[in-house]
Amino acid sequence: MRREGSPWQGLGVVTLKELSDHFTSARMRVLEWLVVLVALAAVYGAIQQIRDVTAEDPFLFLRLFTTAREPLPSFVSFLSFLVPLMAIGLGFDAVNGEHSRRTLSRILSQPIYRDALLFGKFLAALGTLSVSLIALWLLVIGLGLITLGVPPGGEEMARAFIFLLVTIAYAGVWLALAMLFSVVFRSAATAALVTLGIWLFLTVIWPALAPAIAQAVVPPDNQEALLVTAQMLTRLSPSTLFGECVLALLNPTTRTLGPVYLSQLQGAVMGAPLPLWDSVMVAWPQIVGLIAATILLFVGGYVAFQRQEVRA
Amino acid sequence: MSETVIEAKGLTKRYGRAKAVDSVTFSVGAGEIFGLLGPNGAGKTTTILMLLGLTDISAGTARVFGHDPMREPLAVKRRVGYLPDTVGFYDNLTAADNLHYTARLMGMDLKTRGQKIAAALARVGLSEVANKKVGTFSRGMRQRLGLAEIVMKDARVAILDEPTNGLDPQASIELLELIRSLKTQGVSILLSSHLLDRVQTVCDRVALFNAGRIVLMGTVAELGRQVLGGGFAVEVEAMGGAGIAGRLSALPGVRSVEEPAAGRWRIACDRDLRGEAAAEVVAAGGRLNQLSLDQPSLETIYTRYFQGEGVRHAA
Repeated sequence: MRREGSPWQGLGVVTLKELSDHFTSARMRVLEWLVVLVALAAVYGAIQQIRDVTAEDPFLFLRLFTTAREPLPSFVSFLSFLVPLMAIGLGFDAVNGEHSRRTLSRILSQPIYRDALLFGKFLAALGTLSVSLIALWLLVIGLGLITLGVPPGGEEMARAFIFLLVTIAYAGVWLALAMLFSVVFRSAATAALVTLGIWLFLTVIWPALAPAIAQAVVPPDNQEALLVTAQMLTRLSPSTLFGECVLALLNPTTRTLGPVYLSQLQGAVMGAPLPLWDSVMVAWPQIVGLIAATILLFVGGYVAFQRQEVRA
Repeated sequence: MSETVIEAKGLTKRYGRAKAVDSVTFSVGAGEIFGLLGPNGAGKTTTILMLLGLTDISAGTARVFGHDPMREPLAVKRRVGYLPDTVGFYDNLTAADNLHYTARLMGMDLKTRGQKIAAALARVGLSEVANKKVGTFSRGMRQRLGLAEIVMKDARVAILDEPTNGLDPQASIELLELIRSLKTQGVSILLSSHLLDRVQTVCDRVALFNAGRIVLMGTVAELGRQVLGGGFAVEVEAMGGAGIAGRLSALPGVRSVEEPAAGRWRIACDRDLRGEAAAEVVAAGGRLNQLSLDQPSLETIYTRYFQGEGVRHAA
């Protein structure tokens, strides 16, 4: 039987209300400061290094994102930590917060579907994250322009822009995960802790654990299978996927993200950059993986929320 | 009671193997105040959630204006106003902004919103605090704001879950007064409460819940007749006079006369015998101080019923 009415009814209202909540919240103040500080730190670190090392690099501007100077990590590694934290911080109490404020049943007794509430909250949080990330991205590029004094080329800008989109997709994964647990757990603290635990596991422990598991599963005489299995396993972590995307997009010389076969090297000019579209193709499976993970996690939260009893 | 607005047939909710609500059947007519009464945990709130489509129905059917809350939730939610037990609002928003948000969810445009919100807030007496943050509101004010939401929605049915719970006597009297005034506008009301006597005064009909079942249903007077064996109780207080007890018990229609204290008599009778009793007291040479007819109270009915049934219930 078809449901009556549109599942989008009320979506805009919920999204706008959540956006305004996010923008006026204390969390946003923290986010803004983090954005500014990260931009400053990353650019400061990178500039010093770029001046010392790279004399004539055709992709000088992209070095801004990837170059690190001890003890500061590069902008990209900053992001791979900051983005999950920001996303979890915005999403961990999305649904159970309404619950503990006892507003959920009142809102859901209005003529809207639950879809609108959940999707509106997701869109608003993703919008907030996008605004912060775009601001951060512009800040870094602006600071880079000032300090380097070299304008970026068109292809560099295109690569940087695709990198921005991938970062937003990466934020979506963690946001969807945080919202899933905000539906499953009634206590916001539990939801936050579980999400952070999973993030730590996937980012820090899993990359170390995956090769060990591969060794246990694959017969030791097959080196290639071992390598491939280990890589497949590590790619279950969105952090790995993000890292690989960044590698392909911001280092134009990256030809493949898996093991390199001799056949692939035939006729290749070592160290020559790939055209933009080829780089995107190299990272394409990873990009699709990130988007698919976001959708899957959101659907999981959606299904859990649809069937949930809303008591007070 | 011309038209039925809420109808529940064999409504059942199971959690695992336990039945929270067990084949509950009742209906609420247009313009009626119907009370779901009973101790905490008797299944009142679960019944309400099923009527609103906020929880799945395990068995049976629910219809609100002929719509199935599981299949056509929007049609149900457009016409029903719901005031949950200890209603919550966004503390960082003002009272008016909270209502603006729900009004926008209902799809009202800006102009109607402004008018309706102002009118609704005036109706519940919150106009002066319309632009104060809800975080500063007392519990009674929040409950009233919840009613304002229902008024603003022009709901045809209001479902109120424990509306007077946790309110001081003054606030709860005011709230019941508001509920009564909703009724005069033709709104049907379904309310739940564990405070039997407080709610008795506003309900046209009640259903008494116990352990997930409706054990008694009807008007308070009907229930009284059913459980207390019917009849009236007239209480007489008089000074002086001789043989009043004898004279009273000789009246036609009197079943028994008790004398709980000196100068006080309690007559159980088939009809209202106040006039006759007064005449007898005076005829016996006594001075009549007080004469009253006892309405059966829900509390009495409820306790008596469970004493009679020998049912233990969780309070």
